[in-house]
Amino acid sequence: MKKILIVDDEPNIVMSLEYTFKKHNYEVFIARDGQEALDILKNNFPDVIILDVMMPMVDGYATLEQIKKDQNLKHTKVIFLSAKNKESDIEKGLALGADCYLTKPFSIKKVVEQVAELLN
Amino acid sequence: MNSIVLLLILSVYLAVLFFIAHWAEKKENGKWSNNPYIYSLSLAVYCTAWTYYGSIGVAADNGLSYLPIYLGPIIIAPSWILILKKIIRISRVNKISSIADFISLRYGNSRFLGAIVTVICLSGIIPYIALQLKAISETFHVVTKTATSSNILDDTTTYVAVALALFASYYGTRYVDASEKRKGIVTAVAMESILKLVFFVIIGIYVTYFVFDGFNDIYEKASLLKNFKEKNTIGGLPQAINWFLLCVLSMFAIFLLPRQFHVSVIENNRENHINTAVWLFPLYLLIFNIFVYPIAWGGNILFAGKEVNSDAYSLLIPQLFNNKTLTVLVFLGGFSAAISMIVVSSIGLSTMITNNVLIPYNLIGKLKGSDQTISSRKILNSRKIGIFSLIILSYFIYRFFGLDYSLVSIGLVAFVIIAQLGPAFFGALFWRRGSRLGAVYSIIVGFIICIYTLLIPYSIGITNSESTFISNGLFGFHLLKPFQLFGLDYLQPVPHALFWSLLFNVITYFSVSVSFKGNYRERNYAEMFVDISKYITNHENAFIWKGTAYRNDIEKVLVRFLGEERTNRAMNIFNVKYNIDINQELADARLIKFSENLLTGHIGTASARILISSVVKEEKISLPEVLKILEESKENIIINKKLTETSNELKEITAKLQNANLSLMVKDKQKDEFLDTITHELRTPITAIRAASEILHDDDEIPEELKKQFLQNIISESDRLNRLIDKILDLEKFETGKQTINATKSNLIETIENSMEPLKQLIKNKGVTIYLESKSKVNAYYDEDRIFQVMTNLLANSIKFCPEKEGVIIIKVEDIEDYIQTSVHDNGKGINDNDHEAIFEKFYQSVNQNIKKPVGSGLGLAICKQIIEYHKGKIWVQPSVKGACVVFTLPKNKNLEN
Repeated sequence: MKKILIVDDEPNIVMSLEYTFKKHNYEVFIARDGQEALDILKNNFPDVIILDVMMPMVDGYATLEQIKKDQNLKHTKVIFLSAKNKESDIEKGLALGADCYLTKPFSIKKVVEQVAELLN
Repeated sequence: MNSIVLLLILSVYLAVLFFIAHWAEKKENGKWSNNPYIYSLSLAVYCTAWTYYGSIGVAADNGLSYLPIYLGPIIIAPSWILILKKIIRISRVNKISSIADFISLRYGNSRFLGAIVTVICLSGIIPYIALQLKAISETFHVVTKTATSSNILDDTTTYVAVALALFASYYGTRYVDASEKRKGIVTAVAMESILKLVFFVIIGIYVTYFVFDGFNDIYEKASLLKNFKEKNTIGGLPQAINWFLLCVLSMFAIFLLPRQFHVSVIENNRENHINTAVWLFPLYLLIFNIFVYPIAWGGNILFAGKEVNSDAYSLLIPQLFNNKTLTVLVFLGGFSAAISMIVVSSIGLSTMITNNVLIPYNLIGKLKGSDQTISSRKILNSRKIGIFSLIILSYFIYRFFGLDYSLVSIGLVAFVIIAQLGPAFFGALFWRRGSRLGAVYSIIVGFIICIYTLLIPYSIGITNSESTFISNGLFGFHLLKPFQLFGLDYLQPVPHALFWSLLFNVITYFSVSVSFKGNYRERNYAEMFVDISKYITNHENAFIWKGTAYRNDIEKVLVRFLGEERTNRAMNIFNVKYNIDINQELADARLIKFSENLLTGHIGTASARILISSVVKEEKISLPEVLKILEESKENIIINKKLTETSNELKEITAKLQNANLSLMVKDKQKDEFLDTITHELRTPITAIRAASEILHDDDEIPEELKKQFLQNIISESDRLNRLIDKILDLEKFETGKQTINATKSNLIETIENSMEPLKQLIKNKGVTIYLESKSKVNAYYDEDRIFQVMTNLLANSIKFCPEKEGVIIIKVEDIEDYIQTSVHDNGKGINDNDHEAIFEKFYQSVNQNIKKPVGSGLGLAICKQIIEYHKGKIWVQPSVKGACVVFTLPKNKNLEN
């Protein structure tokens, strides 16, 4: 069973993602901001992380930087999922080492496909 | 050397000079003709044939007394930075074209004074020009070893004089406006200055190092000659006084000689060229004088006991050693020195003759009737004829009055005559009270004394008459002996004449000026001359004039002399400069002065005045009135100073504008960020709605309970979206001023209590306690709906930041003077000190910290601020309290709102 961590401060968005990934047989972890995510990542090593950018406390960029430092997470794929959809935002996200950058609003189907593709 | 060959060389040489003049004239704005070095070198027109040959003669015969003529200018040169600059400024703004114009303008456009100055200059300079021709002639004969011929057609000088007359009358009168620059002539003169110096240095080196064995060799041999010692010491106090007076004489000459005035003032292109001239010109004179002594004493040694003219040593020495090339070079150097003096002097004098004598006394009547092309041609022709006849006249003087005196003495006589202009000239620069009468009488008295102490005795000398005038004095009175006036017997004739003439000249100038005050026009110009630096940019303002004049009449006069096009152009410049309406019919003082200036370059100051006066009706102004106006114009100057200050302020404002621009750019960036944030805020609920809808659409197996939850999510996110749009529109309404406030007198407590109603559930959920400290009724003047909105917003914020279960919010309403002050104080984490002002900005949190998500919409407080400010109240964060405390005020009464 593949593990997925969803990091977003919008509960309604998280709810949809959680429901869908559970349905596709993922083990789902939820974090409401970057700090919570990093706490979870101390003991859990998911295969893929879906990361929002604009979040209170620790934002998505900072979270990714921390993730990249963690040797345990070397093989973890990271997908940014953000309403920041400017060319420069996307470039920045990819430059930080994200495997993929998806913009909001999104098609859940596409997100699931993208995750599956990354994991193969 | 063969005369024909030398004549050929001369022709080629002249042709080259003509070519240089032609080339420089053609070159527009050439770096070559308009630079400080050309200017400084053109000043060396001071060194004439007299310098070139004569000072050697003086050094050989009289020793050191040749030096003061160069020491004077060297000593006075540093003062040019002040004095010459002042003269140039005055001349430039007033379009002055000669020293006669300068003096005549200062003493109230005096026609008579201009004419006197012209006469003085002519009487001094014409013999001086003759002297240059004589030098050319004599040296020509020395070089060719021929004798002077009595036949005019055999005399080379005849042809030289004619050629020079043609050259000067062509290049000297290119423009009708005599204050225009003559680049061609000036460049040619500067070239000649280089040549004469180079050739002189060459002969100096030749004599010193090739004929002799250096300076010491010459000194040793010369010291064996008799009289060596007497000639080479100053010789006690009387000699020192002679020396001193000669220095003074040459100081006057460097300012007053028409050719010096012409090159240094009229032909000056830029004031700062003086800065170069101040060192370069003295240096030039010093270099020139290094070899005077060796050549003179070398000649004395070589020609000891022989009857030769010591003036010609520089030619005779190379000739003695049969060095033809060098002889010709020296001759060409002397020739250069002579012709540059002749050309420049004749141009200067002819301008004076036409502009200060012919036109004001005679031609002006005839010019008035004719149109522009004819009057210009008449003026130019009279100048051409003037230059031509001056040179030819000098030629005849040289031919028919033997001019037996040495080069030096005639030159010095010219200096003394010209020096008579000194008191009136320098008085014009520095003394406001100098008057026209003072100037006229001082020049006349000085000149009469010159005639008595120099001209008459010299004429007696020339005619060899048996008069006892010199030895016994007039009518046998010994005190009236022309060379020993009033018993002053230790001065040589020239310093003696200078002393007495200047003494009486100065006394007359001062005493007459003090006794007979000048008229208002003189006083007016006195002010403009003495304080030129104040009036330099808009001197027309300083001109005082009262009366009636029509622009039309004045323009007609101008058109006659300047032509339609130039007149229109000038008028446009004037209108723009003084911000004058084109349709204005009457002319003011400024226009009168402006028009006189335009004409001055063409016809001289006196005629310009006469012409303009003929079409205007001037009222007399009394002297006290002029002084009063001058006083006022001084105040104007103070205003001008203020204007300068204002312009400084403008500069500051510009800087501020730049800053404002910068902050606008920052604002622009903020606007971009605002849009960014708004789109982000709008996309978030849409994302949630889209995700939930997608699941509901695609997933048929979804449990009923979850389905309901997703549908609930869609509803609440839609509401959120709607609220956001409302707030954005609200803010936009306030920012564009479309929002109106319907203020009425209402009970604020009621409004506050009402505003808590929609928050009830939230308050209950978070367990917050709210206290309202106030009287039960506090009236204020406000829009109920809006203040309701503000209170809801502030309370919602406080609730959000209050700790769970222990939250306390205190609302206080106080009556402070004209305002009702309301504060909302919670026990949350408080607001960072740096953020007290910033939190009222749109999307502040997201903008400032960029990434951090705004709590709520990020627009709430910005809208509150707009609302409160619309009520003429204030909103702020109370500093140094525990928790957060936002305070706002509302006016009690209606009138405060406005």
